[in-house]
Amino acid sequence: MAKLILYYAHPGQRFSRVNHAMTDAVREIEGITRVDLYADYPRYDINVEHEQERLIDHDVIVWQFPLFWYSVPALLKDWMDLVLEPGFAYGDGGDKLEGKRVMLAISTGGPEESYCKDGYNNFDLRTLLAPLEQTARLCKMEFLPPYVFYGAVGADGEARVADHAASYRQLIEALRDDRFDPQDIEVLTSKVFTGQEAAE
Amino acid sequence: MTEMLTLALIFLVAGVIMVPIASRLGLGSVLGYLIAGILLSPLLSVANVDVVEVQHFAEFGVVMMLFLVGLELEPRVLWQMRYQLVGLGGLQVLGTGAAIAGIAVMFGQPWNVAIAIGAVLSLSSTAIVLKTLTEKGLLRSRGGQSSFSVLLTQDIAVIPMLAFLPFLAMPELAGLAETGAEHGAGHGEEAGTAMLGGIEAWIAERSGWERAGLTIGAIASVILVGSYLTRPVFGFIAKARLQELFTATALTIVVGIAVLMTMVGLSPALGTFLAGVVLANSEYRHELEADLEPFRGLLLGLFFITVGAGINFPLLWDTLGTVLALTLGLVLVKGAVLYLLAVIFQLRGTDRWLFTLSLAQAGEFGFVLLSFATANAIMPRGVADQLLLIVALSMLVTPLLFIIFDRAVAPRFSSAQEREPDEIDADGPIIIAGHGRFGGVVNRILTSAGYKTVVLDNNISHLEMLRAFGFRVFYGDPTRPDLLHAAGIENARLLVVAIDDPHQTTELVRYVSDAHPHVHVTARAQDRNHVYELWAAGCRDIIRDTFDSAVRTGRSALEALGYHPFDAERQVKDFVARDQHALRRMADLYDPETPSYKNDAYVARARELMKEQDEAMQQDSPDYTDWIGRAWVPPSPADQKSDAEAADEAERKAS
Repeated sequence: MAKLILYYAHPGQRFSRVNHAMTDAVREIEGITRVDLYADYPRYDINVEHEQERLIDHDVIVWQFPLFWYSVPALLKDWMDLVLEPGFAYGDGGDKLEGKRVMLAISTGGPEESYCKDGYNNFDLRTLLAPLEQTARLCKMEFLPPYVFYGAVGADGEARVADHAASYRQLIEALRDDRFDPQDIEVLTSKVFTGQEAAE
Repeated sequence: MTEMLTLALIFLVAGVIMVPIASRLGLGSVLGYLIAGILLSPLLSVANVDVVEVQHFAEFGVVMMLFLVGLELEPRVLWQMRYQLVGLGGLQVLGTGAAIAGIAVMFGQPWNVAIAIGAVLSLSSTAIVLKTLTEKGLLRSRGGQSSFSVLLTQDIAVIPMLAFLPFLAMPELAGLAETGAEHGAGHGEEAGTAMLGGIEAWIAERSGWERAGLTIGAIASVILVGSYLTRPVFGFIAKARLQELFTATALTIVVGIAVLMTMVGLSPALGTFLAGVVLANSEYRHELEADLEPFRGLLLGLFFITVGAGINFPLLWDTLGTVLALTLGLVLVKGAVLYLLAVIFQLRGTDRWLFTLSLAQAGEFGFVLLSFATANAIMPRGVADQLLLIVALSMLVTPLLFIIFDRAVAPRFSSAQEREPDEIDADGPIIIAGHGRFGGVVNRILTSAGYKTVVLDNNISHLEMLRAFGFRVFYGDPTRPDLLHAAGIENARLLVVAIDDPHQTTELVRYVSDAHPHVHVTARAQDRNHVYELWAAGCRDIIRDTFDSAVRTGRSALEALGYHPFDAERQVKDFVARDQHALRRMADLYDPETPSYKNDAYVARARELMKEQDEAMQQDSPDYTDWIGRAWVPPSPADQKSDAEAADEAERKAS
């Protein structure tokens, strides 16, 4: 079993639907560490030593957040800036994260079709996530395909929210049990994941 | 009795009239006193006042001044300045002294008189130069700092000079010298003098070794008493909470040391300087400074008046040409030596000229040395009288030299000066008034950030506790202007008012905002009304002392009720913003003359604002959700539709 740590970063949790359902779905999973970043550090006073120790203690890191301006919410960015120090995560002697796996679990406001060359977002999602992918690579970590919920706007009450949350639970369990193999998946959605599970 | 009061009245009136006029004319207070003395001299001679006698009394001001100079000099600071003091200052004193002595010999003076003349004229006027440099804001420049070092060396050099000048005594003058004119010791009552004389006679009967032992013993006792006894004594006095007792104790220390030193035949100036240095690390330092400052000022003022009154006018008119020529010569010789030193010590541009011009006069210690020299039969009275004229005239010239510097030198170098990096640490002191539970936190934050603070507190039990924990706090009532002055409010960067009493806080803020507007004042307010009072008093950085902790308590309560910590944080931030808004909207209705609960308009608006706020804080209010969640509510489907349309539009235009 791999040791998994799940960082949840959402500043407006009480307005969240998708992330709320996802958090609920993984609440009961045993053997993983869950962190609500905005609850731990409401005043951005991140305890760097504590965070680095936590990272060393785990093998799989999941960052769950709503995509804000094609990037992470401010506190998660601050967390990265402070915790992923040279000499720890990269640079001379920075090998503490080597070989760990990283997965993003994100929700986007825009629909799937907007994330392409002809859509209004103009780029596909993996291209837009390149900075995060490269962050993981520089830290010598394996960047897994992001688990994505497209079109969170207006998705409240739709059945696909429940599907996404249920798949999320299975995905986290699979990661915990070292059962997840990304193969050549670019972007992982509930549908893709269910298909992959079914194929096995 | 009436005679003494009349005399005091004459001196006071002359000083009170002339000093402000002289200051207004940019001549400085020292010249004001001198001119007052000159104007008084006919009156005093008619009244048959013994000016020299008064002057001996007033010389005690110089003893006090050296005590205060010592107080300013922590042994550590003295040590840091050692190269400047010994090198620059030492060379100035020796160089100028030797040059002038040489010239005096050429003029036909005997060698011992020439050396005495050199010593007298090598000194510059600490009183005039330091005051002028501070007023012009030049003290922090390299030139100003160098001048300060030299002045300090000179002040210290007076002590060995007073010790060694008697060895130059001319036997043929001894009979003429006034007997028993003890330098600076003050002339006490008959009984006191008799007792003192008895002890001196007893000491005189001892053998050389015994006398040396007594001398060393006296110095050791000054150091020991200063180091170990002052603290418990002051602690004891502070508990009585009587201001005048402090003043009395401070005077006791200085007078006591002066008497002790006179008894064993040492310079009282040396003794008090030593005591000052010993006490420089004491937490009562600023209190002592503030208490003695008026005495020093008055006595020095009296001293300058007597100098002015003592000018021998018949002699001046008889030898006007000679005296003027000699004064000019003196300024030129001193200036030349200073310029040479400035070149050697690599002062450039304006700094070099500031150094040269500011110190080219003779100083007040020259007067002291002259009266000492005549009293000890070192110098014939005629020579001393003429030197007195030269010293006084050269001091009169100093303002002119500064005017030359301002008009002719500074403009030429103004651009060059900017390019030179300022090596002198320009940090002014940071003063914290009150070191209780509030000021203590502020002090620890500032000191942990590497700042040096001057903390004033007049609670003796605080002081004892803090000393046990290793904090350095000065005893004194921070609301006293003289104490603030002693703590350095003139060049302070910051004053934190952390005292408990709101009225005292307001008074302190008002005083500092008026008298020292450049000082940033951060003040602790008791409540909302106190905020308005402090604002009216001129403070623009006001912190309500319990507000922040109350806000944090509110936040803790929300978290305890199950609020997400980040939501609780946002909620109280919103509360603070609204409260500050209300504070501003209420400000114009606040009337210091009416208690707020009787001020109808004030009460009405307060109620209205509270209602607004309560409504806004209800979660279902659209206003509230807008504010609290605005940044993190996802866009609506309509937003997305318009995004898509805009993108299509842009593409159409492009093709």
